[in-house]
Amino acid sequence: MTTTTPPTPPAHTLDIQGLRITLPGTARPVLDGVDLTVSTGETVALVGESGSGKSLTSRSALRLLPPGAVVEGTVRVGGEDVLAMNAAQLRTVRASAAAMVFQDPRASVNPLRRIRDFLTESATLTGAMSRADATVRATELLQAVGLDAAVLRKYPGQVSGGMLQRVVIAAALMGDPALLLADEPTTALDVTSQAEVIALLAGLRARFGTGLLFVTHDLDLAAAISDRVYVMYAGRIAESGPAEALFERPRHPYTAALLASTPRMDGPRGRLAAIDGQPPDLRQELHGCAFAARCPLATEVCDQQVPLPVAAPDRPGHLAACHHSDRLEGSTVDAR
Amino acid sequence: MTAVLTRRPGLSRIRAAGSPLHLVCLALVAVVVLAALFAPWLVPHDPNAVDLGNALAAPSAAHPFGVDAAGRDTLSRLLLGARTSLLGPLGVVAFSTAAGIAVGTAAAWRGGWIDSVLSRSTELVFAFPGMLLAILIISVYGEGLLAPVIALAVAYLPYVSRLTRSLVLAERARPYVSAYQVQGHSALQICLRHILPNIAPVVLAQSTINFGYALMDLAGLSFLGLGVPALTPDWGRMVFDGQTAIQHGYPLSAILPCAFIVLTVVAFNVVGERWADRVARRDR
Amino acid sequence: MSFVRFALRRVAEMAATLLTASFVVFAAMYLAPGNPASFLLAGRSASPEALAAINAQYHLDDPFLVRYFRWLGDILQGDFGRSITYRTDVSRLLADRLPTTLTLIVMSLVVVVAVGLFLGRIAAVRGGATDSAILVTTTLAVGTPSFVAAVLLQGLFAVNLGWFPSSGAGDGGLGDLLWHLTLPSIALALYLIGMLARVTRSAMLEALDSEHVTVARSRGVPERQVIRRHVFRNSLSTVLTTGGLIVSTLLVCTILVETAFSIGGIGQLLELSTTTKDFPTVQAISLIIVALFMIVNLVVDLLLPLVDPRLTLGSRSAAV
Repeated sequence: MTTTTPPTPPAHTLDIQGLRITLPGTARPVLDGVDLTVSTGETVALVGESGSGKSLTSRSALRLLPPGAVVEGTVRVGGEDVLAMNAAQLRTVRASAAAMVFQDPRASVNPLRRIRDFLTESATLTGAMSRADATVRATELLQAVGLDAAVLRKYPGQVSGGMLQRVVIAAALMGDPALLLADEPTTALDVTSQAEVIALLAGLRARFGTGLLFVTHDLDLAAAISDRVYVMYAGRIAESGPAEALFERPRHPYTAALLASTPRMDGPRGRLAAIDGQPPDLRQELHGCAFAARCPLATEVCDQQVPLPVAAPDRPGHLAACHHSDRLEGSTVDAR
Repeated sequence: MTAVLTRRPGLSRIRAAGSPLHLVCLALVAVVVLAALFAPWLVPHDPNAVDLGNALAAPSAAHPFGVDAAGRDTLSRLLLGARTSLLGPLGVVAFSTAAGIAVGTAAAWRGGWIDSVLSRSTELVFAFPGMLLAILIISVYGEGLLAPVIALAVAYLPYVSRLTRSLVLAERARPYVSAYQVQGHSALQICLRHILPNIAPVVLAQSTINFGYALMDLAGLSFLGLGVPALTPDWGRMVFDGQTAIQHGYPLSAILPCAFIVLTVVAFNVVGERWADRVARRDR
Repeated sequence: MSFVRFALRRVAEMAATLLTASFVVFAAMYLAPGNPASFLLAGRSASPEALAAINAQYHLDDPFLVRYFRWLGDILQGDFGRSITYRTDVSRLLADRLPTTLTLIVMSLVVVVAVGLFLGRIAAVRGGATDSAILVTTTLAVGTPSFVAAVLLQGLFAVNLGWFPSSGAGDGGLGDLLWHLTLPSIALALYLIGMLARVTRSAMLEALDSEHVTVARSRGVPERQVIRRHVFRNSLSTVLTTGGLIVSTLLVCTILVETAFSIGGIGQLLELSTTTKDFPTVQAISLIIVALFMIVNLVVDLLLPLVDPRLTLGSRSAAV
C-alpha cells in the first residue's frame, strides 16, 4: 500500500460515510451503511458481483442516483458533500472535481455528434473554458491517451471500441479531476484493448496524480492494479484492506469463496469451487449477515446479528464484517 | 423506401394495470357494438320519417336527442348509424387482416420473388393514402359502401402484411420450427398450427387500431357524400347534414354524431394499443 | 455508400414508383364497365366536340400502352387534358386553386410542427401530470377526424362566437386569405398534432433512456443542454421520418376540410369532380397528391443522413 500524504486537507478525494440508499418497492436498502475512502493518487478497487451495489456506490460520488432513491449518509468529494449541494455546485463537481469512465464506450458517446463535441461539451457548456481552449486541451489529452487529433472530426461510429474508450478517458480528464471513477471500463472491450486501457489508466493516474476508484468484478484485475480493495456483497462492504493482505489472507468467507471460484494459471488444477445459492433478493429483509445463507461457517449469531467491520489483530487497515473472521484464517474454506 | 413509414402513431403508454381509461374504453366498445347489433329493436322512431314542422326541435320525451333539420329523430339515426358506421370498418379490417396475413406469411416463408413483389407493391400502395385510393375507385364505380371498403382494405393491407412478414421471420428463426421441419411437418401445417397462433395477438391488436382509422376514413367519405347512399343513417353523413343545422344555431344534431365518431375511434385505439402493449410485454 | 450514390438511387426509386403510380391512375378508368369514351363522358350527350377532346386526350384509337405513354407525355408537358364538367383545361383549374390549398397546407404544417414538437417535448421531459394531460389530449386528437374538427370549430368559433369567417377563402388579399384559412388550418392540424406529439414523446423517452444521456449529466452538462443536444437531437430522425406521412395526411384531409369550409382549393375540386364524374380532373389531382407525397418522402430520405451521420458514414451498424 502506497501511503501518499496529501499536502493539504482533505485527506481523501472521496470519502463515503454510512451511505444508505433505499429504492421504492424494496424491502431493504440497496446500499446499507457503505464506508469507503479514496486518497489522493491512490488506486482503490471495488469488487463484487452484479447487483452487489458497487456501481451505485461509485455513481453516488457524482450523485447519479436512480429516480425515487432515498439517501442517507455523506459522500464527500474533495471535502464537499455532494448529497447536500445545489444544482450549480453539483455541476461544477461533475465538470471538474470528479469524472467517471463508464462500462460501454459505444453507449457512452452520443453517436450523432462528433467526438470533438463530446470531449469539449462539459468544459464549454459549464462555462469553464472557451471553445478554442477546450479544443486545445482535448487535443493534448488525446495525445496523452495515444490518439491522433484527427479523431476530433470523426463520429463515434468511425472508430473502434478501444479507441472510443480512450476518448472517453480523455474526456474524463478534461476538467483535471482529482478523482476518477471507472465503472468496469474494460468489460465491453476485447482482451487486447482491455490491457491497453488498464495500462493507460495506471499511467494517467501516476502522471496526473488522480485518485482512482476502479469498479470491477474481476479479482485478478483488482489485485494487479490497486493499492486497496473493497469487497461488496448485497449492498454492504464485506471486507476491505490492502490488496496484498486481502488476497493472501482473506478475513471474510465471501472473499475467500470468490477467490476459490476464480480460475488461476498458477494454482492447482481441479474443480473450481462455485458458491452455492444466490445473493439475497432485494424484496427480502435481512436481519443478520447477508452472506449467512451461503456461508459454510455460518452459525446462529450470523442470522441474528449484523456483523460490524472489525480490523485484523495485526493489520489495522484490514477490516472484515464477519462474526467468524478469526476462524477463517487458515481454514479449509480458503481453497488456495 | 429506406425510411420506415409508420402510419400509426407510436403506441401509447397507458400502462397502469386496470387503468380506468382503458376500462372505460372497453365498456364503450361493448356499448357501441351492442347498440349496432340491436339497433332495429331499440330505435324509437323510423330514422327516415321526415317531419318538417318539427325540424330542429330541442330534446323532448319523444325525441331524447332532438331532431335534425329534416325533423328526423337523432337517437334513431345514431343507433342505426352505428350499424353502417361499424360494418364498413369491419369489412375493411376483416379483408385486410386475412389477406395481409396470407401475403405476409408467404413473403416471409418463401422469400425470393414473392417477397420482392410484396415490398415493391407495398411501396406503391403507401404512395396512395387510403382515402385517395377510395376516391379514385369511387370516381370509376360510383358511390356506395362496397367500393370504398375494398379500396381501403387494399390500402390497409400492406400495413398488416409488413407486420406479419417481420413477425413470421422472427418466429421462423426460433428452434421449434426447425424441430417440426425435421419431424416432417409440412410448411403449411407449421404455419397454420404453430406460427399463426403465436403471431395472431400482435396482428389482431394492430387490426383493432386499424379499425378506428378505417372508421375515420369511411366516415370522411360519407361526409363528402361519397360513401353510403344518401338516405342510409350514417354518422359521417349525419355530421354533413348537421352542418346546416349548426349554421342555423342548432348544433346538437351535428355534435352528437361527432362525439360518437370520436369516442368510438378513441375507444378502439386505446383498446388496441393496450392489447398490443400487453402482447409486447409478454414477449419480453 | 457515398451520399451521391445514395441520393441517385433514391431518386431513381422514386421515379420508378411514380411511374407505376401514374399507370395505376391511368388504368383505373378501364375498371369501369362499358367503353372508355362513354365512361369518360359519364352519360353526358356526346357532342362531336367533346368526343374529339376525349379522343385527343386519351388517344383512344391507339393500343393500350401507346395510349398510356402518350397521356403521360402530355402530363409531363403540363397538359392534364380538359375538364368535362368545367369545359376548360384542367391545368387552368389547378393553377387557380393550387395556391389556396398550398397556403392552407403550409399554415397547417407550421401549426403541426410547432405545437406537436412542443407538446411531445414537454410531455417527455416533464412527465407526471403534464405527461398524463398531454397523453389524454393527444389520444382524443388522434381519434378526431379532420372533418369533425372542422364542423365543431366552425360551429363554435365562426357561427357561435363569430370570431372567424365560416366559409370561403376571402376576397383575394393575402391577409384576408390567412384570416379565412385560420380555422381550416387548425382543423387540419389537430389530428397530426396528436400524432406528432406522441411520436416525439416516445422518441425522446427512448433517447432519454440512453446511457450517453447519463454520461452527459455525469459530466455536469446543464439539463437544458442535455435535452437539446442529446435527447431532442437524437429523436429528430424518428420525427423526420413521419414527414412524408404528415404531408400526405394534410393533402388528403384538405379534401374534407375544404369541403367543410367551402374553400375553393384542389381538395374541394377533387370532391366536386368525383361527384360529377369528371375523371380527367380526378386523375390530375390524384397524381399531384401522390407526386407531392413522394417528393416529400424523397426530401426526408435525403435529409436523414444529415440528421443521422451513421446512415452514410463509415459505420455499418447504421440503424434507425
